[in-house]
Amino acid sequence: MEYDLATQDLSEVNQALQNAEGGKFSLLNPQGKHALACGLMHKNQVSIKGHAGYYVAGMNQNADIVVEGNAGSGCAENMMSGTVTVQGDASQYAGATAHGGLLVIKGSAAARCGISMKGVDIVVGGNVGHMSGFMAQAGRLVVLGDAGADLGDSIYEAKIYVRGTVTSLGADCIEKPMQDSHRAELQGLLDQAGLVAEVNDFKRYGSSRKLYNFNVNHLGEY
Amino acid sequence: MNTRTYPREAAAFDAYTRSEIRRAAATGIYDIRGGGAKRRVPNFDDLVFLGASMSRYPLEGYREKCTTEVILGSRFAKKPITLKTPITIAGMSFGSLSAQAKEALGRGASAVGTSTTTGDGGMTPEERGHSETLVYQLLPSRYGMNPDDLRKADAIEIVVGQGAKPGGGGMLLGQKISERVAGMRCLPEGVDQRSACRHPDWTGPDDLEIKIRELREITAWQKPIYVKVGAARPFYDTTLAVKAGADVVVVDGMQGGTAATQEVFIEHVGIPTLAAVREAVRALQELDMHRTVQLIVSGGIRNGADVAKALAMGADAVAIGTAALIALGDNDPKWEDEYQKLGATAGAYDDWHEGQDPAGITTQDPELAKRFDAELGGKRLANYLNVLTMEVQTLARANGKSHIHNLEPEDLAALTVEAAAMAGVPLAGTSWIPGT
Ligand SMILES: Cc1cc2nc3c(=O)[nH]c(=O)nc-3n(C[C@H](O)[C@H](O)[C@H](O)COP(=O)(O)O)c2cc1C
Repeated sequence: MEYDLATQDLSEVNQALQNAEGGKFSLLNPQGKHALACGLMHKNQVSIKGHAGYYVAGMNQNADIVVEGNAGSGCAENMMSGTVTVQGDASQYAGATAHGGLLVIKGSAAARCGISMKGVDIVVGGNVGHMSGFMAQAGRLVVLGDAGADLGDSIYEAKIYVRGTVTSLGADCIEKPMQDSHRAELQGLLDQAGLVAEVNDFKRYGSSRKLYNFNVNHLGEY
Repeated sequence: MNTRTYPREAAAFDAYTRSEIRRAAATGIYDIRGGGAKRRVPNFDDLVFLGASMSRYPLEGYREKCTTEVILGSRFAKKPITLKTPITIAGMSFGSLSAQAKEALGRGASAVGTSTTTGDGGMTPEERGHSETLVYQLLPSRYGMNPDDLRKADAIEIVVGQGAKPGGGGMLLGQKISERVAGMRCLPEGVDQRSACRHPDWTGPDDLEIKIRELREITAWQKPIYVKVGAARPFYDTTLAVKAGADVVVVDGMQGGTAATQEVFIEHVGIPTLAAVREAVRALQELDMHRTVQLIVSGGIRNGADVAKALAMGADAVAIGTAALIALGDNDPKWEDEYQKLGATAGAYDDWHEGQDPAGITTQDPELAKRFDAELGGKRLANYLNVLTMEVQTLARANGKSHIHNLEPEDLAALTVEAAAMAGVPLAGTSWIPGT
């Protein structure tokens, strides 16, 4: 089924997608519109044929959504489940606060990718901008390219894997040893994302858990 | 002859100030506490109603109707909410409060036909189940945020800030992070939980406008969307919230309570509620949006007089936090022995973040929480809310008003020059409004 956003009302299209169960949909002429295919609840397949604006696939549940172009700020924000794939690049705060599901960005993601993530898996084919994984609580962030400054600042229990260089690590984020279980987990994520890379080329980062309980001796790190 | 003068404390270094200096010197950490600003600031007590006289006719108490119904969210929402009284319960998180206390807030509010609000930490089934009208907060932390609860809510409140700490995030200390609280927030048990001070996926009013659109798309344009700001720059913040598409603006003054914030933040950031109301109303009037976008005011509201004065200045409704907790039994003298053991006294106990509340309200300790009876608490809150509503009606009738929203600044006079300037009403006995 096709919807043409050049002529059809965005709210009507979103409501049709939210109510559909088990369908296949194409959204034509997205023209960078905001809040495309957000709040989906059921197992549907949605292809967005072009660039999307802010909050595409926001709060997604169960649906498999593909953006055949670039995505604006906050794509798949607070996603709960399902998959969101961006064929191009994603702007700031991709996957912000998302609780579950898989977000794949084939290109690069800008600043604060995975900010406050709460269980989602995010795989980025290119680079991520500064402050990615800021206050990341749970879930996994995989970066095949490089990571900008202050990666994983104030991170909690989320795991970060980066293949390229990391400009700098944020407060309380440290490199951790890669064990077999991590290599297996990483391989699984790459497979799910349909991206090819050698797991031995990645480094793992996570929390040193020093800032978990306030301690006045750590004042300089805040 | 005694040549010594009487011992004299420096006004600047009073006993409290000295105790704080000693505390800081001993611990090396700032003081964190609950509650709102404790010092006196210009407030609604500095205003009086004029009442009826030769040129204004009063309405008969108990006989002539004075309606209190309020509709919120009529600007864009397909399903605005209707409240029977203009007094709502402010957002207080499950985590800072026990599940029983949250349930009691829902019970009390529902009994009198008003709304209650979730908080930082998400929506609990107890709270949803016992609240006829529930406002769901979208906070920077997004703890517990999910689209199912968003759709279960009757309205959505985007929290930009709180009056106790405009520009500040939150901190729930590890002691209060029980398994349930931790699970709802997707964090390990026992760690300090910092709530971010900025939203993770928008910055500034232009982005907020798009964010509000997204929330409306997700909820099929049904729910009223509130934007809550701490009283910092209420004229501009209200203007920008309206521009961003809010149905309702909530302005929380510096007296507003918090679950846990640095003392220095509570007492020194933000402006008094009295000053904020006037500015927020002026913004709505200049945009020709007064009564189209509704205004809820909070921060230090205690009685029907405070409510009536806020309404007369142009607010559509008020929200209460601290007063609701007191109605439930917070700081009740019956726990005096235990307050003493905690180094406090009934009326001054504010270490809510430590989770040792003798009244069982601001705690996650199951033993303490058991002391609190949600059903009884709900009844007490309902009684209190009924008293406030009747007090507002009394004052409205005295000023000849058949609906509480007919109260107006013309019904007010100020007792101090400061209050006259802030509220924009004349100093009593004069026609002088400083600054006009
Ligand atoms: C225990 C407690 C917890 C609070 N938690 C929140 C919260 O989670 N989100 C929020 O926006 N405001 C929170 N507040 C602030 C209230 O929503 C409200 O702005 C304030 O209590 C109003 O002032 P009052 O306490 O003087 O009535 C909290 C206040 C208290 C006392």
